[in-house]
Amino acid sequence: MTTATDELHHDDHHHDHKPSGIMRWLLTTNHKDISSLYLWFAFIMFLVGGAMAMVIRAELFQPGLQIVEPDFFNQMTTVHGLIMVFGAVMPAFTGLANWMVPLMIGAPDMALPRMNNWSFWILPFAFAILLSSLFMEGGGPNFGWTFYAPLSTTYSNDSTALFVFSVHIMGASSIMGAINVIVTILNMRAPGMTLMKMPLFVWTWLITAFLLIAVMPVLAGAVTMVLTDKYFGTSFFDAAGGGDPVMFQHIFWFFGHPEVYIMILPAFGIISQIVPTFSRKKLFGYASMVYATASIALLSFVVWAHHMFTTGMPLFGELFFMIATMLISVPTGVKVFNWVATMWRGAISFEMPMMFSLAFIVLFTIGGLSGLMLAITPVDFQYHDTYFVVAHFHYVLVTGAVFSIMAAAYYWLPKWTGKMYDTTLAQWHFWCSLISVNLLFFPMHFVGLAGMPRRIPDYALQFADFNKWISIGGFAFGLSQLIFLALLIKACRKQGEPVSDQVWEGAEGLEWEVPSPAPYHTFETPPVVK
Amino acid sequence: MRNKLYQLIALALSFISTALFAASDTHPDAYQLNLTKGVTDISQEVYDLHMTIFIICVVIGAGVFAVMLWSTIFHRKSRGVKPATFHESVKVEIAWTVAPFVILIFMAIPAAQTLIAMEDTTEADITVLVTGSQWKWHYKYMDDEVEFFSLMATQQEEIKNKFEKNPNYLLEVDRPLVIPTDKKVRFLITSDDVIHSWWVPAFAVKKDANPGFINEAWTKVNEPGIYRGQCAELCGKDHGFMPVVVIAKEPAEYEAWIAEQKEIQRLAKEEEQKLLAMNMDMAELMSVGERVYATACAACHMPNGEGLPGVFPALKGSDIALNDMQKHIDVVVNGIPGTAMQSYAKQLSLKEMAAVITYERNAWGNDTGETVQAKDVNALMNGN
Ligand code: HEC
Ligand SMILES: [Cu+2]
Ligand SMILES: [Cu+2]
Repeated sequence: MTTATDELHHDDHHHDHKPSGIMRWLLTTNHKDISSLYLWFAFIMFLVGGAMAMVIRAELFQPGLQIVEPDFFNQMTTVHGLIMVFGAVMPAFTGLANWMVPLMIGAPDMALPRMNNWSFWILPFAFAILLSSLFMEGGGPNFGWTFYAPLSTTYSNDSTALFVFSVHIMGASSIMGAINVIVTILNMRAPGMTLMKMPLFVWTWLITAFLLIAVMPVLAGAVTMVLTDKYFGTSFFDAAGGGDPVMFQHIFWFFGHPEVYIMILPAFGIISQIVPTFSRKKLFGYASMVYATASIALLSFVVWAHHMFTTGMPLFGELFFMIATMLISVPTGVKVFNWVATMWRGAISFEMPMMFSLAFIVLFTIGGLSGLMLAITPVDFQYHDTYFVVAHFHYVLVTGAVFSIMAAAYYWLPKWTGKMYDTTLAQWHFWCSLISVNLLFFPMHFVGLAGMPRRIPDYALQFADFNKWISIGGFAFGLSQLIFLALLIKACRKQGEPVSDQVWEGAEGLEWEVPSPAPYHTFETPPVVK
Repeated sequence: MRNKLYQLIALALSFISTALFAASDTHPDAYQLNLTKGVTDISQEVYDLHMTIFIICVVIGAGVFAVMLWSTIFHRKSRGVKPATFHESVKVEIAWTVAPFVILIFMAIPAAQTLIAMEDTTEADITVLVTGSQWKWHYKYMDDEVEFFSLMATQQEEIKNKFEKNPNYLLEVDRPLVIPTDKKVRFLITSDDVIHSWWVPAFAVKKDANPGFINEAWTKVNEPGIYRGQCAELCGKDHGFMPVVVIAKEPAEYEAWIAEQKEIQRLAKEEEQKLLAMNMDMAELMSVGERVYATACAACHMPNGEGLPGVFPALKGSDIALNDMQKHIDVVVNGIPGTAMQSYAKQLSLKEMAAVITYERNAWGNDTGETVQAKDVNALMNGN
């Protein structure tokens, strides 16, 4: 701890003596620079993954095969999923943590700045490898982002090796990021900031970071076993050699379920920052929010097999995982109730971050409730692997995680740039996104219930009308994000009205006490929290 | 902005209420919004569970959104309100932790009962072994010597938008599974290659077909009819083209059908034996071969024989197809273990194998001029 601060102090002597141009970004150890890199990277990946979704929706616009071949379609669904999860949502949250955690706890930087640089700069390589595999003979990975064996082992093409390697790099990056967050939060809080005084964004990220450290190695193990099964003659997942393909799914989802909470807990943190600000009222039930987050994280380790009800588990297993999964809705419900109670009898105003947060609360709740439906094992037999599931996880991940990231961007962007962004563009972005995203994902519930399987390039005629609407919603949602791009470019060029340090009338917390824009180095002498 | 919010909420509510009241029936139509009720007692129970949990969710959601809406209207800063200062209440917090618990228990009990019934595969009247492979189903009646493959019957031209699509587009097969009504039918489900999932929504049966393991499921259909489903687990390129069709017949009709099938399969075996003594000419082999190739091989090796580079090898100009005939027969009869190239010994008759091999050796410029006869294939099979 002492050495860490000494070293940071040492850095502080040569203020702003940073290399210019590309070298500044390559070599930077400044949490704000690294965070900006993360955020831009995530946004670019969001557009790339989105472009793949456009290919998917274009093919599904009408029954029949029009645009792509089934094998390429499968590559699109696979890589779209991988990019959105590992390239867009996770790096965006890490970027937000990098910017905001030090500012919120009164620390001068992240605890491990050089590792911070590394954890970002290996990411572009991971995704370059993944994306380039699409161009090799036989194409890229086509077995779904869940890469179930033996489709990903015996029956996969040779891009699998690249896929495995790139997932390893992504995992290493996440683990480094998580270690950094934990060390920073546990060691570098300003005097007086006890754990139970930390802003909720910091709390949720602390818990997320532990989840990451717990499960990313499991993912690494899973991809490694896929690699050795495919190339080195092992039989982890091959019954002919004494293995079990279902064991793959157990391992994958032991990672995969906590992973979905990795993508939603920081979102909960963001919403818990924004709702009180614009309700001009303290967060309702701070302590229960912290406990709810922790219990969601713990429960997330014992529900994984709810993704596997149709694999033929013993009855007892099915009952256990059904009940454990239903239990998760209790702490999740507590969170939603607390946000609503925070708004209750507040003095609410509707700036952009609040609009996205309100949309988040409503739409995430819809996704959460369909999740509760999916937990009921006998009914899940009908829902499983249909568009009902696709609707569910896009409600929690797009209108959940992604909307929270946008809320966060609109909330903290003025702090980062010192200028208010173009609020007209923001309004356009919000309303276009909100309407199109529901046109995109809501009818998926209907086609799913009516029996449309997921991951198919072509479908029966009864699904044609809804799919047309879904595709139109998809294109509109995709285009709406270009408005956001325009807004961000304007904001980065520092156009707009200057803002005060506090930016938002009701905002509280250390990040609002530093100047806007936040200077390159902040909290060189730690603030004291009463 | 307020008006937009109202409109949006009205829209969402109307969506939900249409979903709620939409009549669901067993004949899927273009605007089917809800789960099928199906044609078994279990599928009806599943449907009821679905509706119960759905209504609970709608009520909870509506309650939460109503409170939110109230706040956004009456507790808005523009109305000049002063914010309250409360920020916790142990009583309220305990209440909204405990209440969901109670609701969950209320849900879990009927769900567990249905689940227990679904998993009870004992005392079945007939048993069918269902085997998935890329990309077809194989059905074997364990109590009678009847077995056959079931392949999608939709024509490529319909998929490629050259012909008009028929009403059962992608949901039709050459040979449907036939089962009796009012009898407990047990399915043993497995796979020869990757994981597939056998799903018939009208029976509420969806079970994964895992290679090397056997899963069980059962159904007891109440109404005769044709029921359609699809493979539900991503199983490679043609996962979307692997339908399941089941015809449920009255028991007497079913008995007649199965007797007829037994007879047909017996005759086919006799026919095979006769063929061994005969030679077919090139023209006949090529025409049968072309048809077999289109249904059994073109999915991977492509209609033009060029395969998919890096995934499925080309047969056009391949060494095996041009030179080593024994190896060619061997590959088709036994498959290549550990690859997607499966064994066709079970799937095709001797004549069909002979024809398709002949076809591959003479199509797309592979002009070997050689014919392969049923007896050649038989010789290799018995030589093993
Ligand atoms: C599910 C996909 C699939 C189907 C359907 C399929 N094959 Fe294959 N076939 C393969 C694959 C993959 C290989 C390459 C196996 C390997 O790695 O050696 C192959 C290899 C072959 C080869 C050897 C080619 C060479 O030059 O090495 C022949 C011959 C062949 N198949 C014939 C057929 C025939 C005849 C049919 C139809 C009755 C058929 N295949 C159906 C996937 C398929
Ligand atoms: Cu899960
Ligand atoms: Cu499939």
